[in-house]
Amino acid sequence: MQRLFIVSAIVAGLFGAGWVLSAGRPLPAAAVAGLSGDPAAGEAVFHAAGCASCHMAPEAEGPARRVLSGGQRFPSPFGTFVAPNISPDPDQGIGGWDLRAFASALKRGVRPDGAHYFPAFPYTTYTRMTLQDVADLKAFMDLLPPDATPSQPHEVAFPFNIRRSLFGWKLLFLDADWVLDAGTNPSLQRGRYLVEAMGHCAECHTSRNILGGIDKARWMAGAPNPAGKGRIPNITPGALDWSEADIAYYLETGFTPDFDSVGGHMAFVVENTALLAPEDRAAIAAYLKALPPLK
Amino acid sequence: MISVRLAAVTALALAPALVSAQDYKFQLTARQGQMAIAGIGASVLGDMAKGKIAYDAAAAEAAAHNIAAIASLNQDGLWPEGSDDMSIDGTRAQPTIWENNADFMSKWESFQTAALSLSDAAGSGVEAMQPALNTLGQACVACHKAHRAPEN
Repeated sequence: MQRLFIVSAIVAGLFGAGWVLSAGRPLPAAAVAGLSGDPAAGEAVFHAAGCASCHMAPEAEGPARRVLSGGQRFPSPFGTFVAPNISPDPDQGIGGWDLRAFASALKRGVRPDGAHYFPAFPYTTYTRMTLQDVADLKAFMDLLPPDATPSQPHEVAFPFNIRRSLFGWKLLFLDADWVLDAGTNPSLQRGRYLVEAMGHCAECHTSRNILGGIDKARWMAGAPNPAGKGRIPNITPGALDWSEADIAYYLETGFTPDFDSVGGHMAFVVENTALLAPEDRAAIAAYLKALPPLK
Repeated sequence: MISVRLAAVTALALAPALVSAQDYKFQLTARQGQMAIAGIGASVLGDMAKGKIAYDAAAAEAAAHNIAAIASLNQDGLWPEGSDDMSIDGTRAQPTIWENNADFMSKWESFQTAALSLSDAAGSGVEAMQPALNTLGQACVACHKAHRAPEN
């Protein structure tokens, strides 16, 4: 009886310790102390990070693209994720958040209550963002129109709906190391920052392992389309033979080198890249051409 | 007379088996052909915009006029019900074209408006042409985003 008690106590203790350890940890308050955001600079971050593409309402066009009321659905092998409201509405959106909460979400995938976000939210990319860019982004997003549409729950079944399990997932797949060695070339470094810290191209263009982690050995070499039909193309030089000028022009206008136009979800991406500075589009093109060619 | 009737009966009997891309062969060829002509026009203007080929006012105008001509073609008869990518092979036209036809047609009208402005601007130099070409590109993207299935 006594032994049973001791075993139970140990099991309970381990479980309790695991429960405590597996909670999400926000960034330390000191990390954001003294930072202040510039909304004008934040607008460029907003476009480069592609926030509106997923968080605007389904089918939103024109000025409605800046109302981040959520509701778009993203099917995956683990279930369907529904983008939440991240407008500055204090109740339904993220208007009540301070910079520390906002930065913890982007850089650590942690919700203000300590729960882990599902990595459908590409914090595995945003974790590489500078805190100044995060502060600028927040300053810009605070000025967007608030919207009181409530966020919808994700449709994710057991066991993937256990957010605690994402603690282990993050240990395996969340790291802030760069994927490409950009050397000392400033354009290549800028391209890498745009792609690996903001644009999250790899989220769709790289295949995933059985746990949904990105396979860095197949970086940008294409993947099945999670929404069903077709494949997301390989954009390493092993398959994409467009020139740098062609890639930059495509990211500006949506025209491929043979003057077909972009379609599908990539059309949303081009709506963002069209708003970047020309040298940023050129930097993305330089980055893609510098990737290891994969077949 | 009997042979005509026999042929008609046979055709009716075979009709369900023949519901395939073949039924809309002309429509698909026409739809994709008009896009190809527009694409060739855009490639002339785009290569000038990129600086890949030298700007030539006459060639730019000719290309833009072709795009405008395509955008002005009446689309009646080219988009029969059941010629979507869920029903037949050989097309990337999504059922949304029929489910939300008003949206499709308004996007086609934007294409026409953009093509006509481009037609006006194309002969006046590469700087004048470029914004009009970008607007045309946005019209292409808007419709392809909403109503065209991804490749392969």
